[in-house]
Amino acid sequence: MNYLYAAYIATWAIHIGYLSSLVRRYTRLRNEVAELKTRVEEK
Amino acid sequence: MKRVFPILAVLTGVLLSYALYQALVAAPTEQTMGDVQRIFYYHVPSAWTAFILFFINFFASVAYLIWRNPKADMVALVTAEVGVVFCTVVLVTGPIWARPVWGIWWTWDLRLTLTLVLWLIYVSYLVLRRFSSSGQTPLLAAVLAVFGALDVPLVYFSIWFFRTQHPQPVVGGGGSLDPRMLHALLINWLAFSCFAALVCWSRYRLEALRREVDETMALEALLEPRAPQTKTSRSGIAG
Repeated sequence: MNYLYAAYIATWAIHIGYLSSLVRRYTRLRNEVAELKTRVEEK
Repeated sequence: MKRVFPILAVLTGVLLSYALYQALVAAPTEQTMGDVQRIFYYHVPSAWTAFILFFINFFASVAYLIWRNPKADMVALVTAEVGVVFCTVVLVTGPIWARPVWGIWWTWDLRLTLTLVLWLIYVSYLVLRRFSSSGQTPLLAAVLAVFGALDVPLVYFSIWFFRTQHPQPVVGGGGSLDPRMLHALLINWLAFSCFAALVCWSRYRLEALRREVDETMALEALLEPRAPQTKTSRSGIAG
């Protein structure tokens, strides 16, 4: 039974890890867009 | 489209929960292996989903090689990345299932080795895309993807044509599967396919935005007024 839980937990850990990496990349990109907008507005 | 995404995300969440119920509760317990056989409902659908994503990657790469369409290149990148995630799930859940059933975590059996090679090919593809800054990167990646995709049918058919430790196919391979087990398997495959489609969609939007920002930054750098040249630099050019 432990192996079964380990497999299911590992599956979701991998998917959640990948989804959090997407969220991190999206946040970084949003900051870059905001920075770009500020630079354009300053000109 | 922005309004549709949350609805689809909720529906996929419901489908994944139902699939989990089917896998852990509704499907009957297998007589020889017991409850550990339920790993099957995550292991096999993850493998099928990875194969489909690698096939889409192959067709998108071929499309890019023919038409040089950036959208095809983005589809190829996205499907390779999500495919690697699903292939990782296969390579992790496989040994966890093998340990109690075969008594070993890993064996250099043809199916297992080819799956590891498949994973390594697509990881190399992603590494190439991540660290190569050449303008030829999408082209090189597309060529690598076309050759990499050749491994997918080899992985799939390895258990049909060769004697391996890996079990024979239970669907479409002459094996028999309890209808309730088949139902649980197909529901899980559907749920993981919907989940993969949603993740690909998000990743595609992220990539499109990334490229837009990069282009804007490059344009901005070009339009930036040049700093006046210093005396030394002028003399350097003249000299």
